[in-house]
Amino acid sequence: MSEITREQVEHLAGLARIALTPDEIDKLTGELGHIVDSIAKVTEAVSADVPATSHPIPLANVFRDDVVGETLTQAQALSGAPEHDGSRFKVSAILGEEQ
Amino acid sequence: MSDDLIHLTAAALASKLASGEVSAVEATAAHLDRIAGVDGDVHAFLHVNAAALDTAASIDKRRAAGDELGPLAGVPIAIKDVLCTIDMPSTSGSKILEGWVPPYDATVVAKLRAAGLVPLGKTNMDEFAMGSSTEFSAYGPTHNPWNLERIPGGSGGGSAAAVAAFEAPLALGSDTGGSIRQPGALTGTVGVKPTYGSVSRYGAIALASSLDQVGPVSRTVLDAGLLHDVIKGHDGRDSTSLTDEWPSFADAALAGLAPGALQGVKIGVVAELNGEGFQAGVKTRFAEAVALLTAAGAEIVEVSAPSFEYAISAYYLILPAEASSNLAKFDSVRFGLRVNPAGGGTVEQVMSATRERGFGPEVKRRIILGTYALSAGYYDAYYGSAQKVRTLVQRDFARMFEEVDVVISPSAPTTAFPIGERIDDPLAMYLNDLTTIPANLAGIPGISIPMGLAAEDGLPTGIQIMAPARHDARLYTYGAALEQLFEQAWGHSLMSLAPDLTISEQSAATEGVV
Repeated sequence: MSEITREQVEHLAGLARIALTPDEIDKLTGELGHIVDSIAKVTEAVSADVPATSHPIPLANVFRDDVVGETLTQAQALSGAPEHDGSRFKVSAILGEEQ
Repeated sequence: MSDDLIHLTAAALASKLASGEVSAVEATAAHLDRIAGVDGDVHAFLHVNAAALDTAASIDKRRAAGDELGPLAGVPIAIKDVLCTIDMPSTSGSKILEGWVPPYDATVVAKLRAAGLVPLGKTNMDEFAMGSSTEFSAYGPTHNPWNLERIPGGSGGGSAAAVAAFEAPLALGSDTGGSIRQPGALTGTVGVKPTYGSVSRYGAIALASSLDQVGPVSRTVLDAGLLHDVIKGHDGRDSTSLTDEWPSFADAALAGLAPGALQGVKIGVVAELNGEGFQAGVKTRFAEAVALLTAAGAEIVEVSAPSFEYAISAYYLILPAEASSNLAKFDSVRFGLRVNPAGGGTVEQVMSATRERGFGPEVKRRIILGTYALSAGYYDAYYGSAQKVRTLVQRDFARMFEEVDVVISPSAPTTAFPIGERIDDPLAMYLNDLTTIPANLAGIPGISIPMGLAAEDGLPTGIQIMAPARHDARLYTYGAALEQLFEQAWGHSLMSLAPDLTISEQSAATEGVV
């Protein structure tokens, strides 16, 4: 059986920046346990001498000429922002009181 | 007249457009009428393009002025909502992007426009393409035109259903683990996942960057080839884009219609992709397909890929890992939803509240799984092993392709299942992509072609052909040849058996039918 605990899911949700509800955490703890049990067999399939593949058709050194390309205007870049001041994205405080 | 126009293949419609027999406005209006008539039941579209008729009119004007137009100019097309469109919302099926209109077009969309195709709208999909049934769309499920109580497959169920319901002759999809091919099989349509890197991913909202590939959805192999010819090619904006020169895939499909196209072709039947867990009607149709290929002079060779047993497991580690990283961009700062927690909060709290509200259950599940797979202490065992399995899958394909020209399997283990049946069982849902995932892990191309109806439920099945990387042309040549063999054996196309969908009363009334 997998070792997924409620505390672990809470921790992962924090790392993933998702404010899961207690119910969601309960449900995901069970589901993740099942999923991890079922996919853990990848560890049996391979040995140390098999190289890892990160990319199906690897390319190396993909560069372009160092010239100004076509880019978004400032207005275009801000067009989908929930809040902005006309030239910058606006966000709430970076640090909380305890920090 | 307009009823005839929607049943034409893209190739036939294109030739009527080129000869002037039909205008782009007429073709577009016919499809918009069809959408108005049936999409209330099918729900293939999330957004219908209000400017479609204007775009069509401009194509007609250019044609009248003698401009040189591409072969598909004036042909309407549906676009999966994963692709950015500068004039239509692009949500990827998620509430977190509700109403978001991107400031740029995906490269494939820009290429469609340049070729004169007419975008009809954006099609439904599982949220961020995570799913095999389109039930995980935040905007409600799409219904299979063959049986409205059933799923159309996923994640690109909207594109497949739009084409199967004659709402569009062509559509674009994206395929990360089968999202073009599996819905193709379940809706009786054709879907192609091209070689990784052969079609630009720029402007395709990323799910798993090492697996994603954009490709064509259609009702015939030739139509898919015509569309593939429009979207293929190098793009400097995608660092994984291949610089290869590609042959004409429409010509490759036409070559398959010539007599003897399958003579002497070596075709591998993958033992691991046709066994336990496959529906009886799927296996029967597949055996018939193998017999047709043999009779046409192909040499059938049984081949084996032992690593495929581990492919799904590897996929469900690699995909969530990449997705958890790709979806970090939905942070409530630059685009999309922002939810402010009661009493305010830090940017991190705003982000967490936004992602809690904006993401659906499958997306949360996969982000948490991916975060787990990448976390310290588990990375080597899970993600590291999964990447090694990927090497084994590539080696299995390389070995098979030393022996045969292409390999075949059923495109999906079952026909379309009832809406709601597997929504609460993630593992059962994940098994749908058993046959399609290996191609994504290896980066090779695959096509799904209608293979007939399963006897037990009367629903479509599909056959998948896979070729070595960069040999997409083989899919079209042998695919078109096989499609022709099927139609000769049946005496008709599979889609000619698709049920007539009832035109909704509102639309029928406006046309004076009732």
